[in-house]
Amino acid sequence: MSKKVLVLAEVRDGNLRNVSLEGLAAARRVAEGGEVVAAVLGSDAQKHATILGQYGADTVYAVENEKLDQYTPTAYVQAINELVQTINPEVIFMGHTAAGKDLAPRVAARLGIGLISDATDLTVENGEIVFTRPIYAGKAFQKKKSISSVIFATIRPNNIPVLEADTGRQANVVSHSVDITDLRSVIKEVVKKASSGVDLTEAKIIVSGGRGVKSSVGFDPLRELAAVLGAGVGASRGACDASFCDYSMQIGQTGKVVTPDLYIACGISGAIQHLAGMSNSKIIVAINKDPEAPIFKVADYGIVGDLFDVVPLLTEEFKKVLEEAVV
Amino acid sequence: MNIVVIMKQTFDTEEKISISNGQVNENGVKFIINPYDEYALEEAIKLKEEFGGEVTIISVGPTRVESSLRIGLAVGVDKAILIDDESLFGDEYKISKVLASALKDLSYDLILGGNMSVDTGAGQVAQRLAEQLNINHVGTVTKLTIDSGKAILERDAEGNTEIIDSALPLLVTAQQGLNEPRYPSLPGIMKAKKKPIEHVSASDLGLNAEEIPSQTVVTDLFLPPEKSAGKILEGEIPEQVQELVQLLRSEAKVI
Repeated sequence: MSKKVLVLAEVRDGNLRNVSLEGLAAARRVAEGGEVVAAVLGSDAQKHATILGQYGADTVYAVENEKLDQYTPTAYVQAINELVQTINPEVIFMGHTAAGKDLAPRVAARLGIGLISDATDLTVENGEIVFTRPIYAGKAFQKKKSISSVIFATIRPNNIPVLEADTGRQANVVSHSVDITDLRSVIKEVVKKASSGVDLTEAKIIVSGGRGVKSSVGFDPLRELAAVLGAGVGASRGACDASFCDYSMQIGQTGKVVTPDLYIACGISGAIQHLAGMSNSKIIVAINKDPEAPIFKVADYGIVGDLFDVVPLLTEEFKKVLEEAVV
Repeated sequence: MNIVVIMKQTFDTEEKISISNGQVNENGVKFIINPYDEYALEEAIKLKEEFGGEVTIISVGPTRVESSLRIGLAVGVDKAILIDDESLFGDEYKISKVLASALKDLSYDLILGGNMSVDTGAGQVAQRLAEQLNINHVGTVTKLTIDSGKAILERDAEGNTEIIDSALPLLVTAQQGLNEPRYPSLPGIMKAKKKPIEHVSASDLGLNAEEIPSQTVVTDLFLPPEKSAGKILEGEIPEQVQELVQLLRSEAKVI
């Protein structure tokens, strides 16, 4: 049975987030011939319509309002509630991002419906959408469905493959205005962190350090490797607790759960709580002095050695190989 | 300043997960205060020390949760409430309705909770509760200051820090880095033993569990396929590095 699906797209630093395109792919999968509607919020909403159309949206609602340029909970709930009343979707998807995970539960409460958070996969079984999601940070998984009148889920970045862009495809664009009256958080300032070059939850490659990096300066070779690979830099709880780095870099059951294509663990022993946060990465490389370190049990490739010897050599080797690839 | 801390008891993060009879096996498992809720609890106690007032801790869960509530009482919480009526257990939709109902007669300036629980990891209950109580919320907070009756917060948003002003009452979810949770002292633990824990049921709350059914259903539970140990490279370090890069390109095809 065909369904009308709404994808709440997200813009960060002026660009559509990849997870929004993943949401469109998920939407096409469950729409079964029905309409896929995308909604974008903020002053420049309209300019993202082309891409959304190419990646699967039939219709794009552009809500151009400067009060929505930055995410704040109550204003967004107000806008999205109004959109949902107008569009009347049977399914709603959004990314499980900093804004998405903060917002979706509140929207669900406003709509009086269930919410499936952090889905990594979805299938249609006998006309019902069944979601797969990790629990205990990936130590186990559950399949879950919603019995609400509107099915609502947030989708974890990097898990649902994006559809190939169809440059001939164009979405019907609807300009929609919302009067924002419920603005309760005032954002005074946004401080961008120097280390946040690549967002960990969306990074394709992550270079991560543990207690073995020994100090905050010890992260420098890891950062150099990450720069060559266009990777994000993460850390274990041990490294964070020892104040080698900021908690925003922590990967694990407390901290971020990541699923990159390549995870390079440097000087990380592999405590259970860290493994929970990264063991679902596609390929894991472990570099550790201790051949008995548990991290080698989940690694696809391992080098037993001092990270301060191995990582700089690895950086040079990647540099060489990637330069050759360009030529 | 009156503060309510919403708390969930969870598995210790070092616990392995096993499944028996379609359920996560709880036998022999060590239960702890959800680590993010510990930050919420600590922040509540710090604010109480600064401004006075009363801190209430509330949880929905079975009798075992009492041990975590006692820790709260031992570090300075004034009042503990346990909603241990099984008819009120359920998904985030249901739990948030139960909590909203329990909180409607309490006086609070702040509600504090963790930004998610490390078991189901949904991170829904707090924001849903704020919506139901019609108060603002700020999520994943790493710094909280109260000044002239309003809150100034730092929120962790994927590496960026947002500095936010909000009026009270407000619900805040704690992120790692907010503070360093204290351990209960021995006198604190002794005193906590004498403090009562209030047990609350559906009829105490005037709730009919059938009117707030869970909106989601778990249809399957499984463990991820176990990863087999991979290849430990051999030889001199420079050779291993070259081999690794080749393997990542030609075998794993991730570069």
